[in-house]
Amino acid sequence: MNAQVAVVLPIVLPLATMTVLLLTWKSIVAQKVIGVVGSTLLLMSATALLWLVARHNILVLQVGSWPAPFGITLVADRLSSIMVMLAGLMAFAVSVYSLATIDDRRVAFGFHPLVQLLLMGVCGAFLTGDLFNLYVWFEVMLIASFVLLTLGGERGQLEGAIKYVALNLISSAVFLAAIGVIYAATGTLNMADLALKLRSFPDQNVVSVLAMLFLIAFGTKAAVFPLFFWLPASYHTPPVAVSAIFAGLLTKVGVYSLMRAFTLLFVTELEFTHNLLLLIAGLTMVTGVLGAMAQSEIRRILSFHIVSQIGYMLMGLALFTPLALAGSVFYIIHHIVVKTNLFLIGGMIEQRFGTGLLAKSGGLYRSAPVLATLFFLAAMSLAGVPPLSGFFAKMTLIRGGLEAERYAIVVAALVVSLLTLFSMTKIWTEAFWKPAPVDAATDVRLGDQSWTDRFFLCGPTILLTTITVGIGVMAGPVMDAALAASEQLLDQNAYIEAVLSVGSRESTRP
Amino acid sequence: MDSVILKTAVRFLLPLLLLASIFLFLRGHNEPGGGFVGGLVAGGAIALYAITRSAAAARQLVRASPRLLIGSGLLLALGSGLAPLFFGRPFLTALWTTTTTAVLGELHIGTPLLFDLGVYCVVTGVTLAFVFTLLEE
Repeated sequence: MNAQVAVVLPIVLPLATMTVLLLTWKSIVAQKVIGVVGSTLLLMSATALLWLVARHNILVLQVGSWPAPFGITLVADRLSSIMVMLAGLMAFAVSVYSLATIDDRRVAFGFHPLVQLLLMGVCGAFLTGDLFNLYVWFEVMLIASFVLLTLGGERGQLEGAIKYVALNLISSAVFLAAIGVIYAATGTLNMADLALKLRSFPDQNVVSVLAMLFLIAFGTKAAVFPLFFWLPASYHTPPVAVSAIFAGLLTKVGVYSLMRAFTLLFVTELEFTHNLLLLIAGLTMVTGVLGAMAQSEIRRILSFHIVSQIGYMLMGLALFTPLALAGSVFYIIHHIVVKTNLFLIGGMIEQRFGTGLLAKSGGLYRSAPVLATLFFLAAMSLAGVPPLSGFFAKMTLIRGGLEAERYAIVVAALVVSLLTLFSMTKIWTEAFWKPAPVDAATDVRLGDQSWTDRFFLCGPTILLTTITVGIGVMAGPVMDAALAASEQLLDQNAYIEAVLSVGSRESTRP
Repeated sequence: MDSVILKTAVRFLLPLLLLASIFLFLRGHNEPGGGFVGGLVAGGAIALYAITRSAAAARQLVRASPRLLIGSGLLLALGSGLAPLFFGRPFLTALWTTTTTAVLGELHIGTPLLFDLGVYCVVTGVTLAFVFTLLEE
């Protein structure tokens, strides 16, 4: 496949799918079929992109043939292509799962076009090489997520949405302000060009101020301490398929942006910025897991764990060594798969009991052994038990921490890991091991559902669990990919040269 | 709204406003204007008609549903972006050609016109979707 086509496909495909969905709005069957086909195509194009980037290192596309610092540049390096691949995978899993869980009323109100719009925003954010364009993709993603969050209009959903919308709008405003200031200071918004200009910027204090503005903007989206409280307030309210895709992808766009900004743009004042990041990482981990321990509802527990895990991803970024950064990349790969999977499994538990409250569920170990196995594998992977994917992700980060001689964060990571295990055991004992409560007549057995529904529910979770185990078993190749991505992130000159040289070569416009 | 003055005025205003929207749309190539403003004016013209008659009458006037307008507009814009890929050029690169027509003489047309037409349709569609939904509440 042509490289120029491959870079733009993950953005164009969801848009095309959404357009077709708009034109076939009336037919619910068409909505469902086209939605799944679109996600499958996205997954295929993401795989092609991953393969091409593995061969050619960095793919650059100057949109509309406008040369680099002036036009919009799309850049696919190893990290971007890994993220797009994960987005494609989650899109596929969630759109299949949604067939059995999203009611026809929500489909009729445009569930599938909105998911495609969300995916377009997510993939665009991963692929862009321009700060303002990144802002635009954030907005595309946010607008889709606002509607997805409130689609259905239940009381709980609206309450969660108010916090979500308010906080995200504030963070967008900060982001926009930061873009304005950085443009005034340097006169460019192309990330490669910015990296060059910020290096030799006369007043490094201004650069630090800019770094903080971006930290607040991206940090709110990534749900880091102390800006995370919108996440646990809203993620348990929408239908499970929606919260699964939010859990898998949305905060990770924030983490990706932080990784991009703090490996490419703000690397001159490491002493200040990255030490602050390390502090935030530690606090995010600890507060997240403590919050999770206080909860007694499956999706609320899982939401707090997202926050806690974001801390691990930041830890590698803050340590800023090749090994630690590779740990972060590995952690993101592991986390997106496992977290989405846990939400999907949590949804199946909720569906059986009609509630997510742990006190009102139980006995699943006996009544649903397959579900129990799936949950056990995913939960143990999240906690970091060998030989599952989480173990290798955490081990790499901790080795990175030990190498950098930052023992405090290593201790925090280990303790939080133990507490995560405790919190997962809580769901296990409550929902699976404890005998079913007296009013367990609400336990709708999977066997009572049609076989297609069972397939749509279990298929994606089995796929994601297999991937989790697969990442654990084949940790070597995944680790190699993560290491290659982290080395590429630390080699800013290669990125700058790749973006700006393509610009100058094509600058002779007809 | 039951106002004789407005009703009579709209009869003259509707074609004028639609003409103005096409003028704005075409003018947008090198001067202020373009698909977005043109679409807004067209949407406004039809909204005026819908306010004086009824949403149903306006729907009949437009024939295409707002959703169809939005969808086809997006398709047009996307198509204009994808066209250069078949010529080995990057996504969204403008392709130009010069044709000679009997009435207008030499014309310089290209894919940006198609893109703008897409924007025109989307903006008209979105405006009408808002107006119709509000009127039919």
